[in-house]
Amino acid sequence: MKKTVFFGALTVAGLAAGMASAATLDDVKARGSLNCGVTTGLVGFAAPDANGVWTGFDVGICRAVAAAIFGDPSAVEFVPTTGQTRFTALASGEIDLLARNTTWTMSRDADLKFEFVGVNYYDGQGFMVPKALGISSAKDLDGATVCIQTGTTTELNLADFFRTNNLSYDPVPIETNAEAQQQYLAGACDVFTTDASGLAATRATFESPEDHVLLPEIISKEPLGPLVRHGDNEWGDIARWTLNALITAEELGITSSNLAEMSAAPTDNPEVNRLLGTEGELGAMLGLEPDWAKNAIAAGGNYGELFEKNIGENTPIGLARGLNAMWTEGGLIYSPPFR
Amino acid sequence: MSTLTDPPSNTFRLSQLIYDTRYRSITIQVVALILLCIAFYWLINNTVQNLANLGKEFNFGFLSSRAGYDINQRPIPYDNSMTHWRAALVGMSNTLLVSFLGCIAATIIGVIFGVLRLSNNWVVSRLAAVYVEGFRNVPLLLWIIAIFALFTEGMDPPNTFRPNAEGIAQNDMIFGVIAITNQGTFMPGLAWSSLAWVMTLVLIASIAGIIFLRRRARDIQAETGRIVPVFLPSLGVFIVPLVLAYFALSAVSQRNEQVFIAVGAERGMDLASFAEASGRINYCGIPNQAGSINGQRYLQAADVNFRRGDYFGDTDARQALAAGNCSLIIADASEATALIAEIEATPLFDERIAVLSDTLPEGRAIEVHYPKMTERGIPRFEDGFQLRNPLIALWLALSLYTGAFIAEIVRAGIMAVSRGQSEAAFALGLRPNRTMRLVILPQALRVIVPPLISQFLNLTKNSSLAIAVGYMDVRATLGGITINQTGRELEGILLMGMFYLALSIAISSVMNFYNNRNTLKER
Repeated sequence: MKKTVFFGALTVAGLAAGMASAATLDDVKARGSLNCGVTTGLVGFAAPDANGVWTGFDVGICRAVAAAIFGDPSAVEFVPTTGQTRFTALASGEIDLLARNTTWTMSRDADLKFEFVGVNYYDGQGFMVPKALGISSAKDLDGATVCIQTGTTTELNLADFFRTNNLSYDPVPIETNAEAQQQYLAGACDVFTTDASGLAATRATFESPEDHVLLPEIISKEPLGPLVRHGDNEWGDIARWTLNALITAEELGITSSNLAEMSAAPTDNPEVNRLLGTEGELGAMLGLEPDWAKNAIAAGGNYGELFEKNIGENTPIGLARGLNAMWTEGGLIYSPPFR
Repeated sequence: MSTLTDPPSNTFRLSQLIYDTRYRSITIQVVALILLCIAFYWLINNTVQNLANLGKEFNFGFLSSRAGYDINQRPIPYDNSMTHWRAALVGMSNTLLVSFLGCIAATIIGVIFGVLRLSNNWVVSRLAAVYVEGFRNVPLLLWIIAIFALFTEGMDPPNTFRPNAEGIAQNDMIFGVIAITNQGTFMPGLAWSSLAWVMTLVLIASIAGIIFLRRRARDIQAETGRIVPVFLPSLGVFIVPLVLAYFALSAVSQRNEQVFIAVGAERGMDLASFAEASGRINYCGIPNQAGSINGQRYLQAADVNFRRGDYFGDTDARQALAAGNCSLIIADASEATALIAEIEATPLFDERIAVLSDTLPEGRAIEVHYPKMTERGIPRFEDGFQLRNPLIALWLALSLYTGAFIAEIVRAGIMAVSRGQSEAAFALGLRPNRTMRLVILPQALRVIVPPLISQFLNLTKNSSLAIAVGYMDVRATLGGITINQTGRELEGILLMGMFYLALSIAISSVMNFYNNRNTLKER
């Protein structure tokens, strides 16, 4: 009888759970670009310009981090996210860094498992109303229809504010800033509420900004900052110290105009030398080149320059430094020392 | 002479599992099952592993924590201090609401256009064809957004309804009671007295009566061949008892005495002096209660300065009063003393509270309240019923879109009934409408109902596109804000999936029940 061979053995291979690699920096380097989550468009903070190039204050942070890693501020892939999609995008690894005026809260840190690497803008929630409504205080907003971006802390602050003041309101949930703007201008809502900086930026894009007023009440603390996933502290350090490098650069007077000169040779200020890599090994500690901070600053200037260029008083958005001035000038912007 | 083949030996070799047709099909199925199990195991294990790596364990505890956000359309009582689960329930009821309204409207639209498309009139049948092709071939999302834009961009804001200094408003309300604005359509609303439940009983009894009447008419026709008219008697059985009950109940509730309970009032004070003493009154109103509406009218007639906060029911309003959120509620005169004692017993409540000397009747069994533009403050409509634009847009778009598919199903169903059937009916002397009702439709329904079920399911699931216009359905509350605030994507999506699954199964089992009643009974 002919012998038969039975090929019965099934091999089950390659089913080991694909654990996300912990080393984000290696992934980013291998990919050759940084995936950075930004808003879907908020002029001044993150919006594509006429040529389709993303510009803005938050975009500046993304570019600085990319420059610190690659020496090239254009090695960024911008991923527009809404208030609802941003956290999922970050948690799933679709983006490496989220720089999308996101408020630092305890639950986002401890429960959503994100690491805020610092604060790049100290903000608070405000209200914008048409001047024609004749309202001068948020306490008069009883019965108002309020446009509110869903999935934000502002949504919760709004509910708390109206509850504690025993006022009633009608929320109109909105997905993106552009949609909110359209509904607000059409009069489908009486009030638009979000971070005061966002209100100013939105108002700047109106045809007649002078017809709209920001109410004096600021109803919350909104420290906005870039964030990364929990679990990769080395990556968090890179983002954190890039932001700190921009802040320290302003404090030490390093600007994009004198950067080349100051980094050419060691100066007589040792902190400048350590920061710009002409002395010490700070870059290597982060796993980056010695001139990482120089590249980060070269990307868009120091913190103050980024602010003035994108949202400062000479821009249409016209935000004063206020709380966001250097600590030496009475503000809250402060970086730990580079040592 | 015959040769005998050896009987097959009973030995079993492993190779038979593949080469022997007796075993092969089983082998393949078992292998497929094992592979499927492994795939599922891998998926689940991978998820659990990744969640564990992120430090998130799988649990539904977040559902019982405080939601903290507000929802504009609330079919069930809700405020931001309630739980995420409650918010999810509000979202689910909004989904149910728009799906239910949508299925009914889509069926009506579908039947009308399905029949019109078969019309002998060239213009009518072409117009119906344009509707069907236009809606069927453009994505639903575009229709939702387009209809929503029509309402928010095309209509005027509420402030155009407020009279200016000369007393002339830019826009007038339709018939003085309906206002279509870009914040929604405001129309008269109903408020029920404490006795209105009797009317529900009467309504149920009337419907039972109508069913009985129709059965009886059918029996008479079967016995004697005489056709008994049913439409007018049914209408009578429907309307007359309701009207009688309304007047009878109104007579009772007009005699029910009500009083105001005021925080910070002295015993025996009347409304005018209380208003003077307290400046602005915060009145806890319950918009769907006749007594509360009547109390508000009393306040307006007395010309006192007051603001109305809306609450959902008695308990809600009383809690608000005890929490100091308002200073005036209305209650039955007989209950007032007990109620005051109850509120005084509330912890942390240390105000004076007393009954005012004014009394007023509870009002008619059903009170109608009309939307009214506020005179000061933010221009908005008070009272009345607000149909929000997201609901209108979603409802219209879903019905028109699904209606186009249903129209085709109806057309196919009618065309599936052979021409001989209607010719035979005409030959028997049946008139066209009876031919349609008694001959064509019963046969067409057998073809129509099964695909109709899947259209209803489509409509229900498509309602999750609500997010595009900010309609607060279950996708927006549980699947949107709750997931975003708590970071429980997996749990939230799982719950949402189960909700839609349960809803779809419920719809299809109800429709299958109906279908089974309509199928040919074969014995």
